[in-house]
Amino acid sequence: MSEASVGKPMLPVAGKPPAGPRVSDGSNIFLTTKLDRLIDQARKNSLWPFPFGTACCAIEFMSTIMSHYDMSRFGAEVVRFSPRQSDLLIVAGTVTDKMAPVMVRIWEQMAEPKYVISMGACACTGGFYRAYHVVQGIDEFIPVDVYVPGCPPTPEALLQGLLRLQEMIAAGETHYQRMVAAARAKAKGAVS
Amino acid sequence: MSMSQEKLESFRRAFPPSRGVEEIPGQDIPTFQVERELLPELARRLKDDPDFDFKMLSDVCGVDWPERQARFDVVYHLYSLTHNHRLRLKVPVSEQDAVVPSVYGVWRAADWFEREVFDMFGVRFSGHPNLKRILCHPSFQGHALRKDYDPGQRWLLREGEQDEPSWAREVQEDEDHFETQVLNLGPSHPATHGTLRTVVRLDGEVITRAECEIGYLHRCFEKMSERHTWNQIIPYTDRLNYCSAMMNGVGYALAVEKLLGVEAPPRAQVIRVILSELSRIMDHIVCIGANLNDVGAMTPFLYVYQAREEIYSLLEACAGGRLTISYVRVGGLANDVPEGFEEAVRYLLRRIPPLVDDMERLITENRIFRQRTEGIGKLSAAEAVDWGWTGPCLRASGVPYDVRKTNPYLGYETYDFKVPIATTGDTYARYLVRVEEIRQSLKIVEQALKRLAPGPIITDNHHVALPPKEKVYTEMEALIWHFKLIMEGMKVPKGEVYGFTEGANGELGFYTISDGGGSPYRLHCRPPCFAVFQAYPHMLEGHMIADSIAILGSLNIIAGELDR
Ligand code: SF4
Repeated sequence: MSEASVGKPMLPVAGKPPAGPRVSDGSNIFLTTKLDRLIDQARKNSLWPFPFGTACCAIEFMSTIMSHYDMSRFGAEVVRFSPRQSDLLIVAGTVTDKMAPVMVRIWEQMAEPKYVISMGACACTGGFYRAYHVVQGIDEFIPVDVYVPGCPPTPEALLQGLLRLQEMIAAGETHYQRMVAAARAKAKGAVS
Repeated sequence: MSMSQEKLESFRRAFPPSRGVEEIPGQDIPTFQVERELLPELARRLKDDPDFDFKMLSDVCGVDWPERQARFDVVYHLYSLTHNHRLRLKVPVSEQDAVVPSVYGVWRAADWFEREVFDMFGVRFSGHPNLKRILCHPSFQGHALRKDYDPGQRWLLREGEQDEPSWAREVQEDEDHFETQVLNLGPSHPATHGTLRTVVRLDGEVITRAECEIGYLHRCFEKMSERHTWNQIIPYTDRLNYCSAMMNGVGYALAVEKLLGVEAPPRAQVIRVILSELSRIMDHIVCIGANLNDVGAMTPFLYVYQAREEIYSLLEACAGGRLTISYVRVGGLANDVPEGFEEAVRYLLRRIPPLVDDMERLITENRIFRQRTEGIGKLSAAEAVDWGWTGPCLRASGVPYDVRKTNPYLGYETYDFKVPIATTGDTYARYLVRVEEIRQSLKIVEQALKRLAPGPIITDNHHVALPPKEKVYTEMEALIWHFKLIMEGMKVPKGEVYGFTEGANGELGFYTISDGGGSPYRLHCRPPCFAVFQAYPHMLEGHMIADSIAILGSLNIIAGELDR
């Protein structure tokens, strides 16, 4: 925040400015924003991943949450194995036709808002398994927000994917947010 | 090791050609073609006669020969622990009448292997107790490993069509007339490591019946390998047991090298040993750590995982990848190790033991851990052999079978190391064996490091390995070799071998058939944990539900290898 704005309330002014000399102790600084934006900030920094790890990529996911790479630095360490308790589905590994209904079910069970990271070539496109039992990209079944390429992606790549997702949440670009925005716009259009 | 002449003679006498047993000469292990009517008797005799003593059925697989009248071969690989000899049986059947008597009554190991043959080729096994698809899903049509099956043809599985054990819907009451409960564990369950599913029937907290469902990670390895050149398969092998990728590649390369009759140069062999043993350590670390994690002890995992990260750094320096490294080539290695390799390995030798010690101090005498694992998931030696167990799990039951000792490869006979065994065969014993194996592996690495001498890292046979780049740019011949190898792939002479090595989970076999072309005619992987896992539902009966988690973790089931 620039020097000039310190102590001055930003628009819109809520109530009268306090009387008397102004003290820059921080008590009279406030920002205004939309509630949605504030909530998005909170959401993006406390993602609770559900590791849908099926194959080799799951091992690299494990490395990412372990002490060395430590995903908790980015506010996403509360790994939960219950879809009801998590809002980020990380599909790490090959998904086969046998597994697909399970994945869809888990995605459906997750409470909104929910986000999906597809980790690894297999989850993104089927990878080099162009074969009779392998789903050629999980977006055949569920919407994906961030694709992390690699076979397997390095932990750094997965972290970058996570950061990208956080940016997207802040900017309102995830699949869920766009869906909500579209629904709102439609509802508005119907009213006016 | 093949059978001694006199044993073979007595086998020939007992089963002469007039009874429909025909010897196929010139194979890597003695091979006989058997009429299916004779199979049950033959199997029984081979197992019970102390002269043969084939107590272990290592592998069953199918082969499709569409142009033959008897279209399918069912191939059995037998192993005798006492005599250390092997035998291969082939049972041909026609497509119209594709039925073979099941040998489940003789070796229980046949259970899932026969189901797999049924799933992949449509050969039925009469007398099998539960013959249904195992890897492909129930809505799948056709049999994927038949030569006329289009590898891209997928079938969708819808919700509600998933497989269910036949007994799951039967209502059953316990003695107090309470209905027993059927519970589904997995495939997405924190302790099932992704893709294993077990359905259990519970009476209170006690498991009275269980059945496993696998195939959630069936990635068609065997079909894919028929479509790729011999060297292109190496990345696929990495993804079998992805916790120790290097060892799969080595196992596969050794099998193909056997078929080709080439050998990797000494330096490559030593590097293979070093990296394989480090991979074994990594694999055991994941197994132990995950097992502890599942029973509620997170901290030790954090300690030992550091060791894994350190090994990763070394692999990354050698091959460029951390996990799936594709470092092996048929005939040697992809490239030489980087500068400072020896120093890095020496650092690991210093770094890993204290981490393992730390973990041991936390766990080995830990009362909670011991109470949760001692006496849990017990399997006797005889049962373990009957189920086809190999590797640390078998050794924890007291059978000192280790391929590195019985059929040494890569010069393992010249290294000084011990094969640790335990006798109780429970979950705790499996933990102890793995910890000790980590230490033995370190010992091997230390010795191997001393032998690392400069030299080539890939064979100079240019029908197998690419010539060096300088030569390709300066010599006509080298350019032609390069072109031919890239465009057509190497040609492997016609024949078949069963190559087997000691993977992290046990005997990792590659049954390879070549028709002389640029890619395998058939490549079958004998995954050690496939045999281990088939015993799991039977081990569960009588245990508490929480024990199932502890047992599963100690078996180290890697889905990539299990389902392929
Ligand atoms: S992308 Fe590669 S590493 Fe990841 S699951 Fe697929 S094959 Fe394994």
